[in-house]
Amino acid sequence: MNSHPKYRAVVIGASAGGLMALKKLLPALPVDFPCPVLIVQHISPMSDNYMSRMLDAASNIRVKEADEKEKLAAGVVYIAPPDYHLLVEADETLSLSADDKVNYSRPSIDVLFETAADTFGSQLVGIVLTGANADGAEGLLAIKKAGGYTLVQDPDDAESPAMPLAAIQLVKPHSILSLREVIRLLLKPGFILPPK
Amino acid sequence: MDKSKEEIRQRLGHSEPTSTENIELELLLQAIFLQYGYDFRNYSRAHIKRRVLHRLVQSGLKSISELQHKILHDPLCFDALIRDFSINVTEMFRNPAFYKSMRKNVIPILKTYPFLKIWHAGCSTGEEVYSFAILLKEEGLYDRTQIYATDFNTHVIQKAKTGIYPIKNIKEYTANYQQAGGHYSFSDYYHANNDSVIFDQSLKKQIVFAAHNLVTDGVFAEVNMIICRNVLIYFNRELQDQVLHLFDDSLVKGGFLGLGTKETLQFSPIASKYKTVDSKVKIFKKKIE
Repeated sequence: MNSHPKYRAVVIGASAGGLMALKKLLPALPVDFPCPVLIVQHISPMSDNYMSRMLDAASNIRVKEADEKEKLAAGVVYIAPPDYHLLVEADETLSLSADDKVNYSRPSIDVLFETAADTFGSQLVGIVLTGANADGAEGLLAIKKAGGYTLVQDPDDAESPAMPLAAIQLVKPHSILSLREVIRLLLKPGFILPPK
Repeated sequence: MDKSKEEIRQRLGHSEPTSTENIELELLLQAIFLQYGYDFRNYSRAHIKRRVLHRLVQSGLKSISELQHKILHDPLCFDALIRDFSINVTEMFRNPAFYKSMRKNVIPILKTYPFLKIWHAGCSTGEEVYSFAILLKEEGLYDRTQIYATDFNTHVIQKAKTGIYPIKNIKEYTANYQQAGGHYSFSDYYHANNDSVIFDQSLKKQIVFAAHNLVTDGVFAEVNMIICRNVLIYFNRELQDQVLHLFDDSLVKGGFLGLGTKETLQFSPIASKYKTVDSKVKIFKKKIE
């Protein structure tokens, strides 16, 4: 791994079992985490913003449902709203789309990962967590091709191993880590580039 | 990086150096505008790019530049791309809470009008137009309402006119209808025919389907309500403001505006002229002053 700090954004995809994983991961992040974190968690289209509010209440770092045209800021976790895809624009603002489902999912992890890779290139960290489908694998591959850092939760550590396995098979990621090790890496001094 | 590239980069607000692909995309949108008059330059670029790359894969071409060449010289190829650009994901009584709120907060006021006009802007294949027609029927308002249903995409307008939809979604639509506060049985409004359901033709009586482009066309009527859900999210801020001005110019004082769940007037220049009727399902009312 590159020892120079270089990453400016983190994207995370999770499905079945993801809420429990996020409830461990997000409270471990400090309020001044040096970059934005964007998350797609598969969720029922009928649900409200309960998940964002619950994760916000459980964490020091600010957690919010993503709004369209919102400018990304360090120290904020953005969660894709139910029934909308979350996209990153070149000017580091967010877009939402009610477009067709991708991998039977809206929001889809691939859509977030691919557009984030387009914007952040080699300065992006992509993480695929627990899940029971294959969403996120193509997106993680796009991140790898753009020179970003790819990370997958160890299938043995995941509540549902299918999604990590699909990503590992397609991408051959830089690291396969337990959730605890993922947290340790994100908090490692110098891993994330401090904001300008 | 050379100077011209740097200029484009700054103009587009890019933090990363502009890739060749993004330059090609910019040129493609310019070409479409000059050749066909459709202006996608102020659409969400991330969304448009995904659609263009999708079309690229479908057509077996190697680069956006190749696609541009084909589009300039082959209207059929342009036709395929334009279908990709418009979002045609919709359903009957989508977001039932929206319709429920309409019944509770808006319909009682509309009932005091002798005659009213409603504009469904960006109506796509028409599912929400028929949904609202059903709601108006149940509330006894249908016969005194003129409904305009518009979209820039003439293919979806043709589809909307038929009022025929795949039967596979009907279970979901029925659940939506019930949650939206429907008074009767949803099957009262359609009959099944093989793989399709055909909606009651009398629902069309007061609806005018027409092509209208929110980006390039202007006001065509003064209306009491505009419903435009999940259309503005595809536009950049500048274009959103332009379209909201168009809506404002089209709405009577005291008129209603219904947007998508994640759309808002909050940061727009017309915000001060409106009050919020329902902040959750995004219904606004133009102040009478």
